[in-house]
Amino acid sequence: MNSTVKQSEITTKYHLPGDLAIWVFIFAELLVFGIFFLSYAFSRAGNVELFNESQKMLDTASGAINTLLLITSSYFVVRSVTAIKSGDAQRCVNWLAAAILGGGGFLVIKVMEFADKFSHGISLGTNTFFMFYLSMTFFHFMHVILGMIILAAVLIKARNGGYSATEYTGVETGASYWHMVDLVWIVLFPLVYVIR
Amino acid sequence: MNNQTHLNRRLTWIWLGLMAFTILTYAISKSEYSGTWVVVLLLVTVFIKGHWIIADFMELRHAGLLWRVLAHGWIILVSGGILVAYMMGLK
Repeated sequence: MNSTVKQSEITTKYHLPGDLAIWVFIFAELLVFGIFFLSYAFSRAGNVELFNESQKMLDTASGAINTLLLITSSYFVVRSVTAIKSGDAQRCVNWLAAAILGGGGFLVIKVMEFADKFSHGISLGTNTFFMFYLSMTFFHFMHVILGMIILAAVLIKARNGGYSATEYTGVETGASYWHMVDLVWIVLFPLVYVIR
Repeated sequence: MNNQTHLNRRLTWIWLGLMAFTILTYAISKSEYSGTWVVVLLLVTVFIKGHWIIADFMELRHAGLLWRVLAHGWIILVSGGILVAYMMGLK
């Protein structure tokens, strides 16, 4: 009896949100992005002037607005989790829809940024800075799309009554992935757009 | 105030904090300030933002020690590596 109580306390005290598999995936992704970031940082150390001059061609305002959009979208997602935990599936759906909209806004601004760079003849081969800028931001861009697809799948299941106050693992799983996409961007933005 | 309301209020404050740090980062980018201490300040904001996302948005605050160490270790290693690389570039 006593051991049962203790086990219950341990289960309550330590809770990994969502499926274990998504966390293995998340940390694999963080490892890849981490290598990208450090490769950029150490390449910059050997080409400071080139990186600083090239960085001036980036639109910092777009990067900042996109950061605000992703942070806000992440906030909406965490509110969807608290909503479903309290048994309010409709509110969960609404928060998820708002979060997906935020992700859509991010994509629109990023496409405009890419279009601007391509119209100025900038490509992966322009120089080392733009090779990193284009590859890292495009890689992240694809993760935003995947995150939106996952959130859309969670939204559809939530709307069909697939989650409740006692069964919400899927919502936590989708939310965890989306927060990873946000976490990566809050490093990428100052690293590539701001630090000089 | 029930636990749910308290939690939502805390999450809203964290969201506002994340927004404020982002605006600060943008303001620094538009200022004439640069150099090691500015980079340290930027990386401190990255760490605080990262901690909030990891602990409160991802809810790893309630996860086992291994997961918390892995997540915080990632943000510390990446931020620390960026600072070391920046200082190498000063020479």
